[in-house]
Amino acid sequence: MNPTMIAVEKVSKSFGGVRANHEVSISVPEGKITGLIGPNGSGKTTLFNSIVGYHPIDGGSIKFEGREISNLLVPQIARLGLLRTFQQTRIYGEMDCVKNMLISVPHRHTTLADMFRSYSAEQKEKAEALLEFVGLYQKRFLLSGDLSFGQQKLLEFAMALMNEPKVLLLDEPTAGINPTLINGLIDRLKRANEEFGITLFVIEHNMRVIMNLAEHIYCLAHGEMLAEGDPDEIQNDQRVIDAYLGAH
Amino acid sequence: MTSDNTLHSQAGGPAADSGRIELNPDRTPLYVYGLIMAFGIVAPFIFPSYTTQIALLWLMILFALTWDICGGQMGYNSLGNIFFFGAGMYICAVVQVGMFTDVGTYTSARGGEQLVLDYGDYFFSLIVGTGVAAVGCVILAVVLGRIVFGLRGPYFAIGTLGLALAARELASTWQWIGGGSGIAMPVYPGLPHEKSVVFYIMFLMLAILTFVFLRWLYSTRFALAINAIRDDEEKAEAMGIHTLRHKLVAWSVAAFFLGMSGAVFGNLTGFVEPLEVAFPAATFGIFMVVMALLGGKGTLWGPVIGATLFHIVKEVTWTYLLGWQWVALGLLIVVNVVFFQEGIMGWMQRKWPERFGITVDQRLSASAGGPQSASQGAKEAGQ
Repeated sequence: MNPTMIAVEKVSKSFGGVRANHEVSISVPEGKITGLIGPNGSGKTTLFNSIVGYHPIDGGSIKFEGREISNLLVPQIARLGLLRTFQQTRIYGEMDCVKNMLISVPHRHTTLADMFRSYSAEQKEKAEALLEFVGLYQKRFLLSGDLSFGQQKLLEFAMALMNEPKVLLLDEPTAGINPTLINGLIDRLKRANEEFGITLFVIEHNMRVIMNLAEHIYCLAHGEMLAEGDPDEIQNDQRVIDAYLGAH
Repeated sequence: MTSDNTLHSQAGGPAADSGRIELNPDRTPLYVYGLIMAFGIVAPFIFPSYTTQIALLWLMILFALTWDICGGQMGYNSLGNIFFFGAGMYICAVVQVGMFTDVGTYTSARGGEQLVLDYGDYFFSLIVGTGVAAVGCVILAVVLGRIVFGLRGPYFAIGTLGLALAARELASTWQWIGGGSGIAMPVYPGLPHEKSVVFYIMFLMLAILTFVFLRWLYSTRFALAINAIRDDEEKAEAMGIHTLRHKLVAWSVAAFFLGMSGAVFGNLTGFVEPLEVAFPAATFGIFMVVMALLGGKGTLWGPVIGATLFHIVKEVTWTYLLGWQWVALGLLIVVNVVFFQEGIMGWMQRKWPERFGITVDQRLSASAGGPQSASQGAKEAGQ
C-alpha cells in the first residue's frame, strides 16, 4: 500500500446557507491517479479550493504528507509541492510561453537574492522540453494569451509540471478540448504520472476520460461523499447513476 | 538533409537564433545609446539657456521609469509615487540643515537666516542627505507597502493617492519641518549658471543610473515574477511565487530612485514646501503616469520615449500656447487614454511583433533525431 499524500478528514465548508462540503473524507495515495466526479454543484471545486488553502474550512482536517495544511496560505501550500490547475485555465497572457514556463520553476527554497538571478541553462532546456512534451514548441515565443483555449490548457499543464509538484490537482483538464486532443492529453497525464512520478488528483466530467485514467474514484453529490471505488464499481453503482440522471 | 536546412533558413532571423533564451533582451543598437549620451553631455553647452529645462527632462524620464516598475510591469497603478519624491526631499532637507544647526530653530525663523556653506560642506551635506533620503524612502516603501499592497485595482490607486495627500497635509502642519512655509535649503556656494550645470549633471546621472539599473533588473527573474503578478496575481500565488515580497521590492526600487531625485530637486529649487514643490500630486504625480502610458507601459524604452515627447509638448505649449497650455496637455492625455492606450511601444509591438521576438518557430522540436537532426546541426553551427 502506497503512503497517503493527501488525507482529507471530515472537511465541511458552507457559504452562507449553502452546504458545499459536508464531512467529506478522501485520501490520495502516492504515485497513483485518483479521480473525483460528481454532478454540477456537488462541491468538487470547493473541495479543491479547501485543499490548496484558497479559503478557510469550517471543520475537519487536511493533511499533506502527514502535515496539517488547513491553516496555511495558498503560496505556502504551493511551495510544499501541492499544486492545482484551474477550471477556467489561468496563464500569464501577456507573456510568451517560454516566460510562462520559466516563472513556474519551483519556489520552494527561494531566498531574497534569488529573485535577481537569471535562469540556468538546464531550466531553460527543461522549459523547452516540456513545451515540446505538450506540443507547443513551435509557438513558444508567442504571447500565451493569443493561443487557443485548448493550447492554453496544455500550457497550464506544462507550467504545473515545470513546478515539479509532488501532487497535482487538476480541475477538469479536458473541458473545452476537442476530442482528438483529449486522447493526447490522457496519454500525457499518464506519462506525467509514470515518468515524473507525480501523484494526480483529477476532477473530471468526461466519464470516458476518468474511467481510463483513474485507479480509484470518489463521487460527490450535494456536498457529501456518495460512493468510492475503482472505475468498474463506480460505473455500476446505482447511487452514482441516479445522481447523474437526477434522481436526487 | 538539404531540404530541411532550407526550411530552417527560411524561418529566418529571430527563429534562427532562438536556441538561446534571453529574458527581455535589449536589442537597442549601441549608436542610440551613443547619441543619447552625446546629447546629454553637450546639451548644456549648446543650449545654455535651456539647461534647467533639459535637466527636468532627465527628471521626467526618471519619473516615468520608476512609475512603470509598479504601474506598467506589475500592473499596480499607483497615483501616489510622488510621495517618495516629497519624502526624499524633506528627509534630505532635514539631514542637510541638521548637520549644521538645529532644525526646529532654523525653520521657526521662516527663512530669516539661510544656511551659507562652502563648497565642501555643501556637497558633503547634499550627498549624505541624498543617501539618507534614498534609504529612508526604501524603509517607508517597505512599511507602507505592507498596508497598501493589500488593496487591488482602483482601490490601490486611490489608496496610494491618499498616501501622497496625507503626507502633504502632515508636512503642512508639522511645525518642526517648517509647516506650510517650508524649509529654505542651503544656498549654493557658486554662481547661478554654474549651479544649473551642476544640477543638470546630477539629474543626468540619476536618470542614467535608473535606466541602467532597470535594464539589468528586467533581465532577471524578478521581471518575470512582477509580470506574472500583473497578468494573474491569483495564479502567481497558486504557483508559489512570493507575491508580497516582489511587490515590496518593486515599490522600494521606485522609492529609492524617487527619493534621490526629490533630494536633488529640493536643492535645485532652494526651497522646500509641501504643496507645489514636495508633493505636487496634480502635476508631477499625474505626469509620471501619463508619460509612461504615452510611451507604452510595461516596456523599458516606453517611459523614456513617453517622457521625452511629453516634456517637449509641455515646454512648447507653455511657450507658445500660454493660457491654453493645460487645455492642450489635457487633450493629449484624453487622446492617449481613449484612443491610444497601448502607447507608442505597445503599438509598435502589435505592428511588428517579430521585431520583439514574438515569432512562430518552424521547427517542431528542439531535440535531435530523424529529420530534425539537420536543423539541430545548423543551430549548433550557428552558435
